[in-house]
Amino acid sequence: MSVAPTLLSVDGLSKSYGGVHAVRSVSFELRAGEILALIGPNGAGKSTCFDMLNGQNMPDSGRITLLGEDTVGRKPRAIWRLGVGRTFQITATFPTMTVRENVQVALVSYGRQLFNLWGSTAAYARGEAGRLLDLVGMGAYAERPCGELAYGDLKRLELAIALANQPRLLLMDEPTAGMAPRERIELMRLTARIAREQSIGVLFTEHDMDVVFEHADRILVLNRGSLIAEGSPEEVRGNREVRAIYLGEGLVYDARHREGAGA
Amino acid sequence: MFRDARLRRASQLEGQDLRLIQTLILRRREAPSRRMQAPMFTEPGPPMAFYFVQFLTGLASAASLFLVASGLSIIFGVTRIVNFAHGAFYMLGAYVAFTLTERFSGALGFWGGIVVAALVVAAVGVLVEMVLLRRIYHAPELFQLLATFGLTLMVQDIVVLIWGPDDLLGRRAPGFKGAVDFFGQNIPSYDLFLIALSPVVLGVLWLLFQRTRWGVLVRAATQDRDMVAALGVNQKWLFTSVFALGVFLAALGGALQIPRDAVHHALDLRIIVEVFVVVVIGGLGSIIGAFVAAVLVSELNAFGILIFPKISIILVFLVMAVVLIVRPWGLFGKPEAAARRTPGLTVNPWRPLTSGERSMSIGTLVLAAMLPLFAGNYALTVGSEIAIFVIFAASLHFLMSVGGLASFGHAAYFGLGAYGVAFLAKAAGLPMVVSLLLGPVLGLLGAAVFGFFAVQLSGVYFAMLTLAFAQIIWSIAFQWVTVTGGDNGILGVWPDRWASSPSSFYWLSLAVAALVVTVLRVIVFSPFGFALRATRDSPLRSEAVGINGKRVQWTAFVISGAVAGIGGALFAYLKGSVFPDSVGISLSVDALVMVLLGGVETVSGAVIGAIVFKAANIWLVSQTDLSKLVLGGFIVLMVVAFPKGIVGTLEMLRNRRRSTDTKSALATSQVEVAE
Repeated sequence: MSVAPTLLSVDGLSKSYGGVHAVRSVSFELRAGEILALIGPNGAGKSTCFDMLNGQNMPDSGRITLLGEDTVGRKPRAIWRLGVGRTFQITATFPTMTVRENVQVALVSYGRQLFNLWGSTAAYARGEAGRLLDLVGMGAYAERPCGELAYGDLKRLELAIALANQPRLLLMDEPTAGMAPRERIELMRLTARIAREQSIGVLFTEHDMDVVFEHADRILVLNRGSLIAEGSPEEVRGNREVRAIYLGEGLVYDARHREGAGA
Repeated sequence: MFRDARLRRASQLEGQDLRLIQTLILRRREAPSRRMQAPMFTEPGPPMAFYFVQFLTGLASAASLFLVASGLSIIFGVTRIVNFAHGAFYMLGAYVAFTLTERFSGALGFWGGIVVAALVVAAVGVLVEMVLLRRIYHAPELFQLLATFGLTLMVQDIVVLIWGPDDLLGRRAPGFKGAVDFFGQNIPSYDLFLIALSPVVLGVLWLLFQRTRWGVLVRAATQDRDMVAALGVNQKWLFTSVFALGVFLAALGGALQIPRDAVHHALDLRIIVEVFVVVVIGGLGSIIGAFVAAVLVSELNAFGILIFPKISIILVFLVMAVVLIVRPWGLFGKPEAAARRTPGLTVNPWRPLTSGERSMSIGTLVLAAMLPLFAGNYALTVGSEIAIFVIFAASLHFLMSVGGLASFGHAAYFGLGAYGVAFLAKAAGLPMVVSLLLGPVLGLLGAAVFGFFAVQLSGVYFAMLTLAFAQIIWSIAFQWVTVTGGDNGILGVWPDRWASSPSSFYWLSLAVAALVVTVLRVIVFSPFGFALRATRDSPLRSEAVGINGKRVQWTAFVISGAVAGIGGALFAYLKGSVFPDSVGISLSVDALVMVLLGGVETVSGAVIGAIVFKAANIWLVSQTDLSKLVLGGFIVLMVVAFPKGIVGTLEMLRNRRRSTDTKSALATSQVEVAE
């Protein structure tokens, strides 16, 4: 694993809102084919971190190097063009299109055909769209209206869309939020399989510890904007500080958790 | 028709050369008040004093504007409805106040009349809120704008029915009849009263919102209506009372204008456009923003008239453009949170025509092409006009349904195409084919400039901004007499001989309409069409798959404007002339109604909508003098009872046969989850 190239390197990333330090000097690296989980209580700064990586939010300071390029200040669409796929905590798809068309739009964009006024989208990269849908197990739903899909299927469709630009890195914000337990495990297994096969790096945030410990190669623990622990699932599970503030039990857990949520 | 009354009054007041006054009256339409120019014609005083008086005149004009704009902002803040009918309430306030102040003499009669008029109109507002608005609070904003515009149309005819078409000259305010001398410049003392009034109103509103229980509830509802409802507040009455307050302010603004300005039935549109400009600059929902922007706009008008007497509105436009670039949500506004479902959003994906449907369309087209075989010249002229409006409606439909951008000023590009042709054919003397090809370029250029700013915004802001742009084009067409002929238009734009007979012109229009509709359909299903729909469906996701949404929308705006320009170009040749009406609000709204009537969620419903609407409209105008009342009532009814339009309803019925109701209900709920 250590020979795999570095996809993402974050150095001293900080962001504050007013007096609140949402993210405080966070640094980490992510290598190709590695599945990295970013965990922490509500309000720990996970989403802020994510939005900065994705270009939706501008950091106050720090460097983000994605695939060898400095991406601070770039728009999400520019970051996507570098080879980054993205899924959202609440799925974002195109509800008025069919499942296949959803993927085709991403493929059209990838093929730089967005301003093609005369071609037929239906015929564009039809096979590739079908292949991506098969990959996530949605092949049978290709002609269904996206608006009719169950939530779990929407999540899988989103994964297919995120894979359309042959990404080297996937950013997944709570990929299993709002899903039934069985679906969660299936979706993460699928993601992990695709990532390993295609050597895609995955950074995801997650609240479900079963999902995290089963699939993550490494775990980053954020609390109140700062990185407090980093390591393999075993190391993080054994870390006393993490146990105390996040995984801990009884009164200690409750009190700290509430504080974290307020931040 | 009502110019005489103004002339009479003007000559009494100023005792000036009639010709001067005539130009002054013509300009008056562009400026908030005729009095504004008054100092220009008095003895030349010290320049500083003159500018100071002009400044005060601007401040006085700002008073009414502030009252109306703050009412609009308050209503929007809580109900999220942009009340187009606000101008109508303003006008009603002026009319009712006129009647009351004429009936009851003395100072009490006057001031009492003003306040009672505002209260009466507020009561009408309550009725409107309870009967109409409560039904459409959850509809997309386009429907709310249209329904309240329908109301505006109805009020225009009702006002003429009750008060007649002539200008009415109200009493002067008791105690404020004279003028104050300021270094040789006259300042009407009523203006001073108005200047003092607006800060007082601002203060009262501030106290109302900060210090009363009701105000706290309103502020809470402005931030989160659902939470306020969940806390057990009776939302219905909160909304009604807020609406009543907003309407009261609008009507008060109108009533207070009667000593300054004649009351006439075009007041509503004039004020609403200015108010839209004010709230776009100040920020919707902000009262202080309404105040600052009302002063700013009024001062720009007051001084603009000195700098660019012909096209003073340009100055306001420039300031608005700068504000939009620097702060897209206005000086004191906040960015809109999650937008409601865009009007084009449907659950059933669009699909190209089946071969059966295609042959049916071609068959219908062939049938339509055979019309000259059995129809007379009048029918053919009507047919040409319908074909032209199919083009116009299709252009707006493309922007609205596919792009999710509801333009309330699409006539601007139609009219620019028409003027483009008129310039080329009349001034440059180019042959018809060349003019027809180049004329729409003016529409395209206009769309490129205005579209660039407009697509920075969305939802109601987009609608208001496009309306304001169209009104600017209208003002230029109206005021820049040397180029556009002003009110008299440009005459003698006749087609070349090959297209001059009614049947050949009909075929030309039909062919262009068929071509345009086909091309737009192809674009809908092209990669660009999908990119545009993607941007409409989910800005977040489309950005995350590399789509530059603003650029895609801008391109769509330009395409749409160019197509509208094609319609306008043909229209100029059909009528043989061009008038500012081709750029007017009512034409923009006609287009919206056509799209809505056909079905905003369909691919080409606008075609059916344009045919039905235009045919019905031409028939209606020939049958009744109250066409606005009927049309307005029809719009309101359609929004409330028939929001899917003709084609949309047909499609719904067909789909209902295919799948069970439970399934589609499930689908709807999932779309909401997905958002």
